Amino acid sequence: MTDGFQTVRQANVIFDRLRRGLFGGWLNTSLTVLTVVLLVWIVPPLIRWGLLDASFSGPSGDCVAAGGACWSFVAAKLRFILFAFYPPDLQWRPLLVMLLLVALLVITAQPRFWRRELLIAWIVVIVGSWVLMSGGWLLLRVPSNQWGGLPVTLFVWTVCFALAMPLAVLLALARRSRMGGLRTVSILLIELMRGTPMVAILYVAMLILPMAIPGGQGFDKTLRAMIMITLFWSAYVAEVVRAGLQTIPAGQEEAATALGLGYWRTMQLIVLPQALRLVIPGLVNLAIGFLLATSLLAVIGIFDLLNAARASATDPQWLGFYDEAYLTVAVIYFVFCYAGSRYSRWLERRLGSHVRP
Amino acid sequence: MTTETILPGPTRPGILRQVRAWWGPHALSQGLFIAALGLLVIVLASNTLATMTRIGITPGFDFLWRSANFEIGEGLIPFRAGDPYFRAILVGLLNTIKVAALGCVFATILGVILGVAGLSGNLLLATLVRWYIEAIRNTPLLLQLFFWIALAKSFPPPRAAISAFDSVFLTNRGVFVPTVNLVEASAWTWWLIIAIVAALVAGLSWLRRGHGLTLSRFGVLFVAGLVAIAIVLLLSDGRFSAELPVLAGFNIRGGASLTPEFAALLTGLTVKFSAAIAEIVRAGIQSVSQGQWEAARTLGLRDGQIMRLIVLPQALRVITPLTTSSYLDLTKDSSLAVAIGYPDLVNVINTTANTTGQSFEALAILIGLYLTLNLTVSAAMNLYNRRVALRGQAR
Repeated sequence: MTDGFQTVRQANVIFDRLRRGLFGGWLNTSLTVLTVVLLVWIVPPLIRWGLLDASFSGPSGDCVAAGGACWSFVAAKLRFILFAFYPPDLQWRPLLVMLLLVALLVITAQPRFWRRELLIAWIVVIVGSWVLMSGGWLLLRVPSNQWGGLPVTLFVWTVCFALAMPLAVLLALARRSRMGGLRTVSILLIELMRGTPMVAILYVAMLILPMAIPGGQGFDKTLRAMIMITLFWSAYVAEVVRAGLQTIPAGQEEAATALGLGYWRTMQLIVLPQALRLVIPGLVNLAIGFLLATSLLAVIGIFDLLNAARASATDPQWLGFYDEAYLTVAVIYFVFCYAGSRYSRWLERRLGSHVRP
Repeated sequence: MTTETILPGPTRPGILRQVRAWWGPHALSQGLFIAALGLLVIVLASNTLATMTRIGITPGFDFLWRSANFEIGEGLIPFRAGDPYFRAILVGLLNTIKVAALGCVFATILGVILGVAGLSGNLLLATLVRWYIEAIRNTPLLLQLFFWIALAKSFPPPRAAISAFDSVFLTNRGVFVPTVNLVEASAWTWWLIIAIVAALVAGLSWLRRGHGLTLSRFGVLFVAGLVAIAIVLLLSDGRFSAELPVLAGFNIRGGASLTPEFAALLTGLTVKFSAAIAEIVRAGIQSVSQGQWEAARTLGLRDGQIMRLIVLPQALRVITPLTTSSYLDLTKDSSLAVAIGYPDLVNVINTTANTTGQSFEALAILIGLYLTLNLTVSAAMNLYNRRVALRGQAR
């Protein structure tokens, strides 16, 4: 009996909220009407394109005849979009890399796993996925110009971010140090990186690094891009870490010094654990931005997820289905980033604090 | 017994001591570290120069005065193949500034509308805005640009152009929009109009300084200015004429045309950053506590007044610094133009580097120009931010 009443009352509450949210006042009502008109204008053509006129099987000729979306293209080219030019018979290797990285990301996301062993796991997985991707030892070599698709995006993203972290902590500490020379170097590096577009940094990796490093001509492009991206991201991460460092009262450092702890021990045991904990939500947001930014690898001709999608629509058999290709990778990016941003919000609530950079 | 005279010491430590204090502890090892870094930079630079000489390129900026044998699709100043490289770079820089400035304006307009719509209290509209923002924020800008350029290229040819109200035409040769021109105006008309606008600005700032700038006074001043300009125009035979693009044969004449690349880039930047700005506006307005609304209502203020007098001034303190970094990001992200073929700075620099082989110098120019652009925008916005932040002085 009571359950029935409960349901009725809840339904009433919801109904009331909807009524006030949609039709409370003439302004609100007219907004609702306008929005509905907008939706009626936009949604039916999309449904017609994506479902009614779409073809779900058959060759590209059928798709062109039907006039709608060509989902059979996605089915046919999904392998290419995900792995691009990686040799198909060795495909288990990038697949394994992808699974390893995603699994580690999921584990890292949970605060109860935050301990020293996780750091070791990261090092092992990074080295392991490098070996899996490029081969060597017992595996067949695959040069990096054959790498492609989602594994490249995930690999560049996680590895560069992981390598940028320690560098960023050092930069942030240097920027707050009492040593003027070190401070200046850190400020110059951070501002130089933050004032330059990532495309320019990638061009430096592509055009300048081979000339600057002795014997750099044979040095592969993906690796060069990763070096520059690591440097570039570390400047952004450093600023977020610095925001965290600024919240730790100077008294704590002084107390630690009074107890006889040296600079590094103080940082390692007292300041950094608190500061980093505070900025984790900020770092997650930054990481989401970085995942989106890896798509710029397409500009220097590396076949990341986005570039693979573009290339998939240039296949003579399936020419010009760009919309479907882009929509597919858009969904992949969206899933990762949306999950990331929800996670960041959850973490913020859980840690109960948040510092804006 | 001698009395010791205590002389006042120097008012501040000497230069050497100041430098020493700035340099801080661990003087020697710090110096060694920085020297090592400097050495690394020198080694890398000399390697680069050596490689350049080996492949037959003379390092230096002389190439800027050589003639560039490529065409540039569009520009604010004319450019022909054969003009020097520095002019090409200037064209690229102006194109970047053009798209970034317009992008900032449109992204702000759209972002504020979206931010306000999200807070309008209308459930349906707020949900729609929420999903728009999520979809835009969680997909890469480059992907969106690819989509927009594909869309712009897929428009029908001019003969079958998609038109809105017969004034905006979407074609595969570009987007045609109407323009407003001032025709038959003599020089003194222009000077008079400039003088009237200057007087308006002066009047506004006079009202701001202690004479109370109310909406009605602002309105009176604004209308007075418009009437004055209209009188000047009437007296001088000059008149505004709206020029509509018209279909003429196989092409469209009149109005202003935006190339597909420019239209796609501008749309992409506007859409992407409108989502960011909408979030900032929402966060800013929500940062003012609900209690202030209630208190103001108790004092008898209307909702519009509360927004204008109480909420916005405080919200701007949150909004301004965040918007600044959005504008800077937009300027930097306009460099993605290179991927869709709009001749922005990066695109021209890339062509320059490829045709001359002077990639080191070209990229140095690129990075230097972007740093200057960024520092200029952030300095201007900091100036504005200081004015917004000082008023009221909450923190």
